[in-house]
Amino acid sequence: MTSDEQRSTQGRPALAAQAVHKRFKIPEERSHTLKERALHPLRRSRHEELYALKDISFAVQPGEFFGIVGRNGSGKSTLLKCLAGIYRADEGQIWCNGRMSTFIELGVGFNPDLAAYDNVALNGIMLGLSPREARARYQRVIEFAELEEFQDLKLKNYSSGMHVRLAFSVAIQVDADILLIDEVLAVGDAAFQQKCFDVFNRMREEGRTIVFVTHDMGAVTRFCHRAMLLERGEMVGIGDPRDVADRYLEIAFGRAAGYEEANVGSARMGDGAARVSDVWLGDDRNERLAVAPQSEPLTLKALVTFNADVRDPAVSLTLLNEHRQPVVVATTVKEQEETGGFRAGEQAVFAFSFHNMLAPGRYHTLLTITHRGEGLDVIDRFAGGLSFVVSGMSNSGGMVEIPVQTDVTRWGAAPAGEAQPAGRPR
Amino acid sequence: MSAPLVSEPLAIPTEGLGAPIRGPRALDDSWQRFWHLTYNIARSEFKLKFFGSALGYVWQVMRPLLLFGVLYVFFVKIFHVDKATGDAAKFYGAQLLGSIVLFTFFNEAATGAVRSVVDRETLVRKIQFPRLAIPISVVLLAAFNLGLNLVVVLIFAVISGVRPMLSWLELPLIIAMVALLATGVSMLLSALFVRFRDIQPIWEVFAQILFYSSPVIIPVEKVREALIHGQRHIVTVAGVRHITFRHVELYHFLYHLYMLNPLVTVFQQFRHAMVNHATLSAGQALGSWVALLEPLALVAIIFVLGFWVFNREAPHIAEDL
Repeated sequence: MTSDEQRSTQGRPALAAQAVHKRFKIPEERSHTLKERALHPLRRSRHEELYALKDISFAVQPGEFFGIVGRNGSGKSTLLKCLAGIYRADEGQIWCNGRMSTFIELGVGFNPDLAAYDNVALNGIMLGLSPREARARYQRVIEFAELEEFQDLKLKNYSSGMHVRLAFSVAIQVDADILLIDEVLAVGDAAFQQKCFDVFNRMREEGRTIVFVTHDMGAVTRFCHRAMLLERGEMVGIGDPRDVADRYLEIAFGRAAGYEEANVGSARMGDGAARVSDVWLGDDRNERLAVAPQSEPLTLKALVTFNADVRDPAVSLTLLNEHRQPVVVATTVKEQEETGGFRAGEQAVFAFSFHNMLAPGRYHTLLTITHRGEGLDVIDRFAGGLSFVVSGMSNSGGMVEIPVQTDVTRWGAAPAGEAQPAGRPR
Repeated sequence: MSAPLVSEPLAIPTEGLGAPIRGPRALDDSWQRFWHLTYNIARSEFKLKFFGSALGYVWQVMRPLLLFGVLYVFFVKIFHVDKATGDAAKFYGAQLLGSIVLFTFFNEAATGAVRSVVDRETLVRKIQFPRLAIPISVVLLAAFNLGLNLVVVLIFAVISGVRPMLSWLELPLIIAMVALLATGVSMLLSALFVRFRDIQPIWEVFAQILFYSSPVIIPVEKVREALIHGQRHIVTVAGVRHITFRHVELYHFLYHLYMLNPLVTVFQQFRHAMVNHATLSAGQALGSWVALLEPLALVAIIFVLGFWVFNREAPHIAEDL
């Protein structure tokens, strides 16, 4: 099988969990005072039990970068806290071999009224360093954070960026064998995030064991050797980060689809000579897909039922993104102006195929059938027939991910005496 | 193609993994880490107080001094609480200030600890560490302050004419007893406050009662005088006054109850050993040295109870917050 599975059979895992359960009690009415207890001594405080984690088992090998992904409330942070020893698992056991350090939040225990030195020392001690180690590393911390000029300032006078930089620098100075990281990357500007990624890459190369909790699928596929997907406290699966990321997107966006479909559809327009009766993704109507992988051919099909004789109808497809912005508009008019004549009661499938260059996210379809001509003579307008998810790692922030080639050409002569740039122009 | 997702729970080979982790606790296996944490939390708090304002030290010392000034004027200059105890009345001022400082230590530790765990919520919810470090660091911070204040007491005592005595060596024992009591109460209150938020006002009232029922202001001798014989009953028969005592049992019981308060023992022994040998020692006030075991046992019980409660709550403090 895969190398991962072979690896798991040999040697001791760095971190292992077996059948871990975690329940939270949600009291219906919480008695927060002794008075309430004293007044109602016999009333048992009723509470609902919520399973935050159900039967979680996994093992992380030494040197592995292991991702835990899931939607909000899926239990991933609870699991991390159980691993870190902040929560106690109600059932099951957790093993840990090696020094462990947790970054659930950066700069825990930072005191705004103290200067960098005291905060670095205190935070380092909290993260598991001895006071001597913490003090010895102060210089490195302050250098990495690029805060040499500001070290005498009280922390309350730091900008939030400086604050984060300092906190992150302390955190990475803790030389633990096992690091538990919870979405600390969500903070900081782009340059700092890049620095964080560099550090993670370095740690990965150094062979540290890292457990990384996130819902940033880009980071998961970029760093993790393996990942685990949680949903409602249960483990959906463990495996290759790409597969996990695909499943995650399916779960994260797939569930909202039913709701959308039930709500739309009422706003149909047109004379009703034909109706779009179904829209689906894929070539085969029986195998409906909910996810369209990026950079692969994509086919959308619409089944149209004719209620009257129609000559050369034009069918157009609009793909709207999450913000209801039209991203793609395609119409049969461009390709084939004469679609043919259809009789009442007849059915036809109109297909739209293109190479999927959409940015990852959720898309909705809007199908319009018009009579041949000006295009305003609407037969049917069908919104919300289908919503699907585009999965993929390429997410530059634009609405589409078009392959772009870049080129640099020097314009004129370089000024004399200036150093040659490191990058080579093609 | 990559391998499909495994959706069945994997069988984890657990042999040879050693003992599983035990989750959050009051104390973990490393005393060193516990001490480092406790000490450094207390130290940074102390630093904040000390250097946070220009008059940090002055304020720290002024608080007990101001209280002392008010009580001294009121109870000595106006009500003459110190009089009528004869030779034992000497150095009442030094004894008053010393007791105030000791009580301040106890109160800062216990009252400061009540909210401590809840106030350090982010720490508890985000980092694994021995939970007991939080209330103990509050006690330690109070101990730092006590050190500063004792210097003032010493200066005051010497100025008032108290001369160094061999019995000053008892001071560490006296402080240790207050510290043990304060630690026990701190552990108990900080753990209970997580679940019962009205612990705070209840405790504040209780601390007031403790202050006035301890011999900070009213010397033990006065209380003893009032209670030891029973209720004084005066009958004048044919111009001759007959004094009888009633409810002797009840009064003895009240005195016993009063002496059970470990702070009474502590303050009285402080007064006897530090300030004035003419006053009753704790043993004398209790009746015998063996009776000293009673308040000592109470301190031990409170300490053990405090630890037991905190230890029991520690694993789920992070969830209950």
